[in-house]
Amino acid sequence: MRELHLVKDVLAKDIVLEANRKGFGRGLLAIGKINENIVAACADLTESTQIHLFAEAFPERFIEVGVAEQNLATLGSGLSAMGKIPFISSYAAFSPGRNWEQIRTTICLNDRPVKIVGAHAGLYTGADGATHQVLEDIALMRALPNMAVIVPGDSVEAEKAVAAMANDHRPNYLRLTREPTPVLTTSKTPFEIGKAYVYAEGKDLTVISTGVMTYQAMVAAEHLFKEGIDLEVIHVPTIKPLDSLTILHSVHKTKKVITVEEHQINGGLGGAVAELLAEEFPVPVKRIGVRDKFGQSGKPDELLEHYGLTSKHIMAQARKMVK
Amino acid sequence: MTKSLSIAELEQKATEIRESIIRMLEHAGSGHSAGSLGLADIFTALYFDILKCEPKKPDWDGRDILLLSNGHTVPVQYAALAHAGYFPKGELITLRRFGSRLQGHPERTKLPGLETTSGPLGCGLSQAAGMALAMRMDKITHRWVYVVMGDGELDEGNIWEAAMLAGKYKLSNVIGIIDRNNIQIDGPTESVMPLENLHEKWEAFGWHVLEIDGNNMQEIIDACALARSIIEKPVVIIAHTIPGKGVDFMEYDFHWHGKAPNKEEAKKALNELRTLKGKIRSEHE
Ligand SMILES: [Mg+2]
Repeated sequence: MRELHLVKDVLAKDIVLEANRKGFGRGLLAIGKINENIVAACADLTESTQIHLFAEAFPERFIEVGVAEQNLATLGSGLSAMGKIPFISSYAAFSPGRNWEQIRTTICLNDRPVKIVGAHAGLYTGADGATHQVLEDIALMRALPNMAVIVPGDSVEAEKAVAAMANDHRPNYLRLTREPTPVLTTSKTPFEIGKAYVYAEGKDLTVISTGVMTYQAMVAAEHLFKEGIDLEVIHVPTIKPLDSLTILHSVHKTKKVITVEEHQINGGLGGAVAELLAEEFPVPVKRIGVRDKFGQSGKPDELLEHYGLTSKHIMAQARKMVK
Repeated sequence: MTKSLSIAELEQKATEIRESIIRMLEHAGSGHSAGSLGLADIFTALYFDILKCEPKKPDWDGRDILLLSNGHTVPVQYAALAHAGYFPKGELITLRRFGSRLQGHPERTKLPGLETTSGPLGCGLSQAAGMALAMRMDKITHRWVYVVMGDGELDEGNIWEAAMLAGKYKLSNVIGIIDRNNIQIDGPTESVMPLENLHEKWEAFGWHVLEIDGNNMQEIIDACALARSIIEKPVVIIAHTIPGKGVDFMEYDFHWHGKAPNKEEAKKALNELRTLKGKIRSEHE
C-alpha cells in the first residue's frame, strides 16, 4: 500500500472532506495555465460545476451556452475540430443525460476528443431529488465506442484526472459528486486513465468499487479485518477501458467479488465487472448499487442507508460470502 | 484550386453532378433523391466557386469549412467532392455498399473532405458555431464556416439553441444555407410542422437573413459574397429550391424525399437531365 501514498487512517475522525468537483475546478484552472488549447463551455452552471475558476481566469477561452445541453455537446465538437481541447460541464442528469445522441454522433463517431464533465451525479446530490440524482450516466457513456469513462474517488484524484484527460486523445466522460466526501489519496498517489488500483490487499474476497464509494469499501475492509475477514479492495476510477488485468489477478486469488457503486447495478461498474468475469473467470459476484429504482430527496447519509450503499451493507454482504 | 468557371459552365457542372447522383442512388438501391438533386446547384457553386479549398489537400488549414447538417442529402456532397477532385469519380457507385468510404450518411473519419459526421438532424449549426468561436480565439480571419441545413431539420431544438448562441456571439464568419424545399419525410413542411415566418424567426434570433432562388447559380454566388461582407452578425441564406430539381417526375413530390430511382426511373431521369426543356439552362443555350 505504501507506494500508493494513501492517507494513513481511513477511520480517522478528522479525515479531510472535500467535494471532488472542487478538485476538478482546481485541476482545470491549473492545466489551463499550461495549455492554451484548453477551452471550456458550460450550460448555466458555472459555479456549481466549479468551471467558474477557469472562466474567471480565461474569459476569452470560456463560452456560456445557457441552458442548452444539446448545443453544449455539439459546440464542443466544433471547438475540438479546430484543435481546441474543450471541457464542457453541466449536471450529469442533463449532460450526458439529455444530449446522449449528440455525444454519440458528433463526438464519439466523429472522433472528436471532447471532455464531458457531469457534475452532481448520484445520490450525493441529496435534497434535489430523483430528477437530479442521475444513476444511469455511467451506463450511457460506457456503451459508446471511443469513450473513456472516469469516476474519481476523491477531489485529489479528480484534479489529477483533469490533467490526464487533457492529454488523452479520446472523448472522455468525468463523473463528479456534489457533496464533500473523504479524501483518501494524496498528491503522490498515482492516477492513469485505464488503471485500477489495489487500495487494500487481502485474500478472502475482492471488493471492486468506484467513485466516492471506495471510501465505504475501505472502511468495511478495516472493520472486517478485525473480525478475521481479509478483503482486497480495488478502486476503479476508470470504468472504461476497464483494467481487466488488475481485476482478474485479484479474483484468481480470492474467487469472490462484490462491486460497489453509487449508480444503477445495471450497466455501470457492476455490469462491467460481471461481463468481464462471466467471460474470463466466472466466480460469485454480488453487485451493490441502486437496484432498478430512482432516488429521492434526503441527506446523502440517509439515502446511502436507504439504498444499501454504506460500509455496513458491504460488510454484511462480505460476511455472507466468506463463511 | 483555380475557380474560373462561367455561370454556364457551373450550370453544366451541376447537371453532371445530378447525373452522378442518379447513378449513385440507382446503384445503391436506397437513399435520398429529392434533397440531393435540389441542392446540386448550391453544392456546385460551393465547391467550384465559393469555398477556398484544395481538393488535393483536404486538411489545408486555410480552407473554408463546409458542414452538411442534413446528412441524408450526402449523395450531392459525394458527387461534388468527386467532381472537384477529392477522390476518383469511379468510387461514387460504391455509395452505401459494404466497405465503402461513402457511407449512407457521411462519416468524417472515413472520407477526406468531409468536415463532420452527420445524419441525426439539427447538429451542424452548433458545430459551425464552435468552429467559428475557436477561430475567433485564434484571431483567424477570412475563413468562413458554411453550414447547409434542411428545412425539415429546423424542427430540431438544437438548431435554435445554436442560432441563439451565434446571435449572442455575433459569429459573422458563420454562413447558414437553408435548403428551403418545403418538404420533409411526412409531407409538406407547413403541414408537418409550420416553419413560417422563417425569415422573421431568424431575424429575431439575431441573424441577417437573405432569400434567394437556390437553383439559380448567380444568386447563390452573389448571396454568399454578400454574406461574407456582413460583419455585424451571422448570416443565413434561405435558399428556395425545388426538391428533385432537374427530373420532372421527382420535382415537388415529397415521396421522393427518401427514395432512390430504380433502373427504369434512373434511365428516364438521366434522359430528362439532358433534354429537359429550359429547366437546366446551360443545356439549351
Ligand atoms: Mg426539406
